[in-house]
Amino acid sequence: MNAIITVVGTDQVGIIAQVSGYLSGHRINIVDISQTILSGNFVMMMMVDLSASDIPVAEAKKDLAALGDRLGVSVSVMHERVFSAMHRI
Amino acid sequence: MLFTAHEIRETVDMFLRHKLDVRAITLGVSLRDCASPSGSESRRRVRDKLLRVAGRLVETGRAIEEEFGVPIINKRVSVTPISLVAEASDDDDFAPWADTLDAVARELGIDFVGGFSALVEKGMTSGDERLIASIPRALERTERVCSSINLGTTKNGINMDAVRRMGAVIKETAEATRDRDGIGCAKLVVFCNAPGDNPFMAGAFHGPGEGEAALSVGVSGPGVIKAACEQYRGAPIDVLADGIKKTAFKITRMGQLVGQEAARRLGVPFGILDLSLAPTPAVGDSVARILEEMGLESAGAPGTTAALALLTDMVKKGGVMASTSVGGLSGAFIPVSEDEGMVAAVRAGSITLEKLEAMTCVCSVGLDMIAIPGEVSAETISGIIADEMAIGMVNNKTTAVRLIPVPGKVAGEWAEFGGLLGGTPIMPVNAFSCASFIGRGGRFPPPIHSFRN
Repeated sequence: MNAIITVVGTDQVGIIAQVSGYLSGHRINIVDISQTILSGNFVMMMMVDLSASDIPVAEAKKDLAALGDRLGVSVSVMHERVFSAMHRI
Repeated sequence: MLFTAHEIRETVDMFLRHKLDVRAITLGVSLRDCASPSGSESRRRVRDKLLRVAGRLVETGRAIEEEFGVPIINKRVSVTPISLVAEASDDDDFAPWADTLDAVARELGIDFVGGFSALVEKGMTSGDERLIASIPRALERTERVCSSINLGTTKNGINMDAVRRMGAVIKETAEATRDRDGIGCAKLVVFCNAPGDNPFMAGAFHGPGEGEAALSVGVSGPGVIKAACEQYRGAPIDVLADGIKKTAFKITRMGQLVGQEAARRLGVPFGILDLSLAPTPAVGDSVARILEEMGLESAGAPGTTAALALLTDMVKKGGVMASTSVGGLSGAFIPVSEDEGMVAAVRAGSITLEKLEAMTCVCSVGLDMIAIPGEVSAETISGIIADEMAIGMVNNKTTAVRLIPVPGKVAGEWAEFGGLLGGTPIMPVNAFSCASFIGRGGRFPPPIHSFRN
């Protein structure tokens, strides 16, 4: 499955490095990535492919949330199909 | 990127900031094949069937929550109205069927089971009468069972004998749960034009015209609609209306995705999607606050009925565009105790029972979760029910009444029901009598415009 990971918070050194390091450690492939400043916040969005992942999605979500807590940013993981349903007809 | 930053942010904000959720996935299960001359045999069949058909409901819901990142607050089951299943038996007391439903719900981790119900709009069978007589006992001793009675339809008129009877049953149910502010009545609703595919409680049941099983989904999201309204401050009404409709479209599409996925995994047909703005007592999850965002100082102020009419209609239109399976109630609920903004309006004195009645002409259901003084007579409760049934019958819409006459408490005192049911100040009721009107009983003929065939 493809999921969209969103990281929102205050900009700092190493956010992308830490998140992508975690993902590569679990064979989660980054399909697409973009980063922007939206309403004064650092916003990073990634589309990732979990088909070769070595952990269940629930566990990845927990780990990424914990990583977000350490970095002081909020991390959400949602199925790509939720975004397709809402924004593509 | 497949999606723009704005689109991704909008969706993530809906869930994280504005509390968008799937309020319930509700598995409707037919129990018509569980009837038996022996009550105990019938209940054994009910239990076996629910364990078989609904056994994987909760785990399936949790798996979808994890995988999709969409919260599913409740996993529920609705069943064939129990009066239809139990009346083949010789049992006088139907409360044991409620016990069976409650026990299965606990065993499977299901939040609520709806369907301790009877459809009596034109008359009552022996099974209907036994079910209605069993309601106070059933709701007193179960936690997860909900009961609903359909008292009228536009096609058939209103069964005024049943309206009279239900006033007394509501009082008895409150008395049976006296130690908890009459909470039994929070699980009991009477309807006009009850839909047989509604996934929301307390009124969910699996209608007699439904198939063997169907998975329906109830989507909520008052916070998301309020956030959308905030973008249109000062804009003309038609511009605001369009904004609400667009947002309703998006959240309906999300609900349809979840519902279809759940149905596929459970191996049952997808039933309907009910997009209903259903508030919770949490701040930021209120329908009243949407009305205020539209430009009212407090819910209940002049203009409230118009604002609610706009809201309900735009939610329906956005929903209908997004899904071919929109059904149930779909629109805006206006419960009092479950809505933080509505409770504030009662406290401020800006909303009354009569204004709420007017609002039910344009909301998607009716008088909901309203605490009234315990001393209000059964006839007066029946009078309030008759008014609400008449509104539904004449306007060809679903209306309902879920009142809690709080034993031993008077207007202005606080009634607490806890959890999603919330708490509310007790509202005063017009003290003039309708006892002679209600005492007539009989059958209220359907309106002239019901003769469409």
